[in-house]
Amino acid sequence: MPLFERLYNFARWLAHDREEAEDLVQETYAKALKGFSSFQPGTNFRAWMYRILRNTFLNSRTGLQATATVPLELEERDATLPTAADTPESLLLQRADGQLVQDALLRIPVHHREVLLLCEVEEMSYREVSATLAIPMGTVMSRLSRARRALREALRELQKGQTQKG
Amino acid sequence: MACELWSGKLDAYFDGELPADEARACAEHLRQCPICSAEGLDQLQLKRAIRIAGHRFTADPEFRARIEKRVAGRESLAWPSRWLPALMAVTAMLLVGALILARYRPNPEAQMLSELADQHVATLASANPVDVVSTDRHTVKPWFEGKIPFTFNLPESQDSPFELVGGKVSYLNQSPGAELIFRVRKHQISVFIFQEQALGKAPLNEITTNALSFTVRGWSRNGLRYFVIGDASPQDLDKLSDLLKAAS
Repeated sequence: MPLFERLYNFARWLAHDREEAEDLVQETYAKALKGFSSFQPGTNFRAWMYRILRNTFLNSRTGLQATATVPLELEERDATLPTAADTPESLLLQRADGQLVQDALLRIPVHHREVLLLCEVEEMSYREVSATLAIPMGTVMSRLSRARRALREALRELQKGQTQKG
Repeated sequence: MACELWSGKLDAYFDGELPADEARACAEHLRQCPICSAEGLDQLQLKRAIRIAGHRFTADPEFRARIEKRVAGRESLAWPSRWLPALMAVTAMLLVGALILARYRPNPEAQMLSELADQHVATLASANPVDVVSTDRHTVKPWFEGKIPFTFNLPESQDSPFELVGGKVSYLNQSPGAELIFRVRKHQISVFIFQEQALGKAPLNEITTNALSFTVRGWSRNGLRYFVIGDASPQDLDKLSDLLKAAS
């Protein structure tokens, strides 16, 4: 079944919870079947499915809580933010094991997490991310830049915590 | 000034979103600028870390079966018949989606080659590309003793256009291996050697392919898997591969 595993993985990252992720995926397929007439042939089917899942999440209780507590930045400004201030970070990333990166992903706001997952894990182009999240391409770029910065910051915090414990 | 220009575009460059001419200019700048190449290395490491960490959750098989049943329409007999055309259409779309996904979903070998290409780029971008710097194979080979769980033979490269630059320990699927750097004219070529058992489910065919525009050669010999990757000509990679095969 196309996209199933990937949609499920994405749903788990959004919802943090197995049952809720299953509900999201189930509802996504139900809505896709029901609303297939709204799909425009020639447009991106994958982006359409992810958009349904994401909108379903945003309208869920967890989604409303997640987005209500984190204000979006003024993202249209600074569409291409230099990342020089974040380097050198190679050591930070070399030391970060998979679990630490997963923990850091769960720490950052959901709108940062989702754009990173769509770009890096789903390997979507900026255009596909733009279609999935229904935001302009410039916003995709600035949000990605901020999301990467937020992830680095979360990794740094987690590693600091580990060092203090150790 | 050039750094200011490219620093803001590194994200787009490593995301593969820069137009071809800009990407070429950016690659040229990265080769010359240690500050931006260090930043680029950081970007690549972050991208790889997210890609690996992001593939985390697998659905319960029972849940999958439930959804499959629903999508396949086994429960749709109870549905109003007016949904049938839509159901057939969406099933057709899902099949098309499956074909597209099957085409674009990276297989284990493609993922592995992509990772090796990342490592090769990281080496090119690094200010210290090798941990043992020597053109002498009798220095480089012993350096790996105790650092990797196998040994390998290196060819005599004196009568060939290939110059051994050095080597370092590399990792693939959490298993250590050797990365050797050779230079031919102005091109650098990485040779990766890993134990076959470290490569998991990836097929172990002889490969002649491209990964992220790099030329790649791969083969197995005596329980070891060799990969040669670089932007030199395919003929150069073939020659170096033949030298390595003859030595192993």
